[in-house]
Amino acid sequence: MAKFKTKTGKELKPLNTASLPDIVFMLLFFFMISVSFRQTERVVTIKLPEATEIAKLDRKDLASYINIGTPIPALQSQYGTEARIQLNDSFSTIDDIRDFIAASRESMSEADRPLMTVSLKVDENVRMGIITDVKQELRRCSALRIMYSTRRKSEQHNF
Amino acid sequence: MARPAGDINAGSMADIAFLLLIFFLVTTTMDVETGIQRRLPPMPDENQQAEVEQINKRNIMVVLINSSDRLFAGGQEMHISMLKDKVKEFLTNPANLPDLPEKREKDIEGFGAVMVSRAVVSLQNDRGTSYNAYIQVQNELVKAFNEVRDEFAMRHFGKKYNSLEEDQQRIVRDAVPMSLSEREPREVKSRRR
Repeated sequence: MAKFKTKTGKELKPLNTASLPDIVFMLLFFFMISVSFRQTERVVTIKLPEATEIAKLDRKDLASYINIGTPIPALQSQYGTEARIQLNDSFSTIDDIRDFIAASRESMSEADRPLMTVSLKVDENVRMGIITDVKQELRRCSALRIMYSTRRKSEQHNF
Repeated sequence: MARPAGDINAGSMADIAFLLLIFFLVTTTMDVETGIQRRLPPMPDENQQAEVEQINKRNIMVVLINSSDRLFAGGQEMHISMLKDKVKEFLTNPANLPDLPEKREKDIEGFGAVMVSRAVVSLQNDRGTSYNAYIQVQNELVKAFNEVRDEFAMRHFGKKYNSLEEDQQRIVRDAVPMSLSEREPREVKSRRR
């Protein structure tokens, strides 16, 4: 039979925290590989529409983004409240899309180029006219794989 | 004789790691990119006269969204909640009605002959249609196609389309083609900036 230890006057040993950095590093590495950097600053406000039949974009590095929406409040005095196209960091017009697509193609490797997907991030209140123009321009540039970026639908609601 | 070196004080290591961790947490986005994937038709060659494929009237269903987001499908106005069933009925034509799309026997490699519907859904929208309405309709159309594919896969393979093997998925894709066409808006060409 073991004897119960009687409490001695000894100080309580400090908690061993040697493995704490390891745990934190593990978390750190998890985040480092699972996330991507915010590349661009939005100059348009976008509230994506909701949909149920959505697919995941599996190769994020092969996507180029076209944002369409109303300018953010801080820029509305300068650019108005009409829907505008944002490519990279600045407001653009339909004619800039050609160069934008060419530049995105250029940055990809030869093998990946046919897999390039253009992700259209469009505010739900934008009218289809501007989107149709963008789609026609994309067809002219032979960037045919597109994705209408949407959120997952949370509840049943229709327009 | 060298004295064993004392332990390095690693107490601040955790702090440094936390700092890095918080930096990454703040500067990164975790959102998964999701959306409806579509393929645009290639631009017709300008010096080559566009071949207009004659589609029988019974094989085509026009889905129209006007500038005030009202939906017309197959010649009648309807609410979006009815669209999916209407399109599914159109795609499958279960009773082989003469005014719904005809089916033609097609030999699919690795599966055999199957009756493939020649249905085409044509989506048309106005320049004033809102993007939200457009996406909702796109969503319903894709849903209709997906459900028809699932039903076909269920009937022949006993599984949903998404859980099939690559080869079986190809068979289902051939048997239920995603024939959704978007009419080129007429005003687009004149309205080039």
